[in-house]
Amino acid sequence: MTATETAQTSAPGSGTPGGTPKGGIPSALTAGHLKPRTPWLILVGSLALSAIVFGVLATGTGEYNWAGALIVGLIVYAFAVWLFSYLVEGRRRATDRLVTAIVTGAFLLAMAPLISVAYTVVSLGLNRFDLEFFTSSMRNVTGEGGGALHAIVGTLLMTGAAAIISIPIGLMTSIYLVEYGRGKLARGITFLVDVMTGIPSIVAGLFAYALFALFFGPGIRLGIAGAVALSILMIPVVVRSSEEMLRLVPNELREASYALGVPKWLTIVKVVLPTSIAGIVTGIMLSIARVIGETAPLLIAAGFTQSMNYNLFEGRMQSLPVYVYTQYANQGNPASAYLDRAWAAALTLILIVMLLNLAGRLIAKFFAPKFGR
Amino acid sequence: MTTAPAPIKAKARLGDLVFSRSAVFAGSMILVALAAVAIFLIVQAIPALFATNEEASILETNFWSYVGPLVFGTVWAAAIALVFAVPISIGIALFISHYAPRRLAAVLGYIVDLLAAVPSVVFGLWGIGVFAPAVVPVYAWLNEYLGWIPLFGGTASATGRTILTAAMVLAVMILPIMTAICREVFLQTPVLHEEAALALGATRWEMVRMAVLPFGRSGIVSASVLGLGRALGETMAVAMVLSASQVVTFELLTSVNPTTIAANIALSFPEAYGLNVNVLIATGLILFIVTFAVNAVARWIVDRRKEFSGAN
Repeated sequence: MTATETAQTSAPGSGTPGGTPKGGIPSALTAGHLKPRTPWLILVGSLALSAIVFGVLATGTGEYNWAGALIVGLIVYAFAVWLFSYLVEGRRRATDRLVTAIVTGAFLLAMAPLISVAYTVVSLGLNRFDLEFFTSSMRNVTGEGGGALHAIVGTLLMTGAAAIISIPIGLMTSIYLVEYGRGKLARGITFLVDVMTGIPSIVAGLFAYALFALFFGPGIRLGIAGAVALSILMIPVVVRSSEEMLRLVPNELREASYALGVPKWLTIVKVVLPTSIAGIVTGIMLSIARVIGETAPLLIAAGFTQSMNYNLFEGRMQSLPVYVYTQYANQGNPASAYLDRAWAAALTLILIVMLLNLAGRLIAKFFAPKFGR
Repeated sequence: MTTAPAPIKAKARLGDLVFSRSAVFAGSMILVALAAVAIFLIVQAIPALFATNEEASILETNFWSYVGPLVFGTVWAAAIALVFAVPISIGIALFISHYAPRRLAAVLGYIVDLLAAVPSVVFGLWGIGVFAPAVVPVYAWLNEYLGWIPLFGGTASATGRTILTAAMVLAVMILPIMTAICREVFLQTPVLHEEAALALGATRWEMVRMAVLPFGRSGIVSASVLGLGRALGETMAVAMVLSASQVVTFELLTSVNPTTIAANIALSFPEAYGLNVNVLIATGLILFIVTFAVNAVARWIVDRRKEFSGAN
């Protein structure tokens, strides 16, 4: 009902073809168009309409369905704006407005899970986001209490080891591709790096397990195996991002260096790398952020445990994502204690990932070389 | 006619030699690593291919009847995820590249990328705890009124942990990469084409339809294929959200769902022993081959496009 009212108040003034504003002289510019504010009025009207309808429905059940009201309101808006535009502006502009509504709706639809995830993780994660959570392991803990220190230590150790393996290989590969690589080998490597980006994480875990099972016998679970699995996932990301950064270095710099008689390898070390170091560091931090949240490969290759383990080369090792999974999967009594720990670990994990992302982007922003004059 | 002077040879320095050799070595490590992944998986998988249920307890009859429903579930879940993700990611990409205010575009792109920063295990936790309960009434409604469509038939799940839920979570997870590729391609549309369309009196949508979408078609295709690759291999979200049983069914809303290869490995591997491990690795090898092929096709499309488009 609100929607029709807005229509009646707004349509005649702006709408009738050859619209006649106050002076009676038709404006060639605004004739046959909806006024800029009309779509907004229609939006408010359709949201209000949907809110009222859902309010009437809610009197029956007692629960107000906010999400439903919002979604139905937006759908009503899409149809209403199409209808008004069709009546006033014609079919082509009506389609244009409908598509605008749909495209904006697609973006809002994608925001919904992001907001929902963020809200849930923060609100549920704060229940156990306390000192004990960061200072104790799960050894001999059943029920409430306990923490994720062993998982945090494991995550740092395994991700660190993966970084130590991946960064030199990844960086040197990108140097090869940019500075040396010609012909079949370079093209093959570029292609395989692209394909490697798409390796399912669990396959990387299976590979690391199979590799270490060959040497240490079946059933082996090691921290270092987890690190190998992670580095399989990390190397292509490092190569891609560093390669992109190295290609941004202007050729004039290299040529100036060669002209001074500097050998190629020194040119790379002293000129090319320092120029692109900010971008490379950013890429590396983003790649760490990517692998630090991997669950499946660590579940396969490093297993899970309740105790501290500082040794990458001996025994199973817990990590934060696997901690989240095991707390959820093996719920004891009371279940809420396990779920609270899972959410707190999820919050910790997301905070670490966000921090890495943020730091990476800040480095890129503030330490980027200034090419312009 | 003078003869060309002999090319001046650069002095071979030890530093240069060491540096270039180690660069080549690092590059070859990539080839070695990929080959190693394939070889180790094949070696470990071979015993499983001919195993019977007497040797490996998770098999009912033989390996192929075990892996069949898994392959079906993997492809089915990824396909449903794509059905959701393709239109939405095109919409988001268009919104960011052509509809949103210029100043906001970069920020909005960053916000979509944040979705990629959420670890899959958190999506799994969210899927069970928040999303699955929220869709139960919708599923009940679909089942009651549209149950005559085979997809929505059967008995609606009371927990919401169905393959449709898992596929929707998968769709959310592959959105960022698909959006990023679509956005990049849409932004590369020659501005002259867009302006020409607008100058001829096209509305924004007509401009998009006539200039942007035809130009970006191969980008959309490769984004979809890359998204498919991701969806095929995604593990934890499916493992946690889906209440799985190894069946082949097209019903989306029941509590009897086909599971995926990756999710099945994650759930079964920690308790696996003996030849069961090899069976699981063999299923992983199949997943590896499938995703490798899918990704190779995607890259092939991207590379082919590079040569023919007017973008460079």
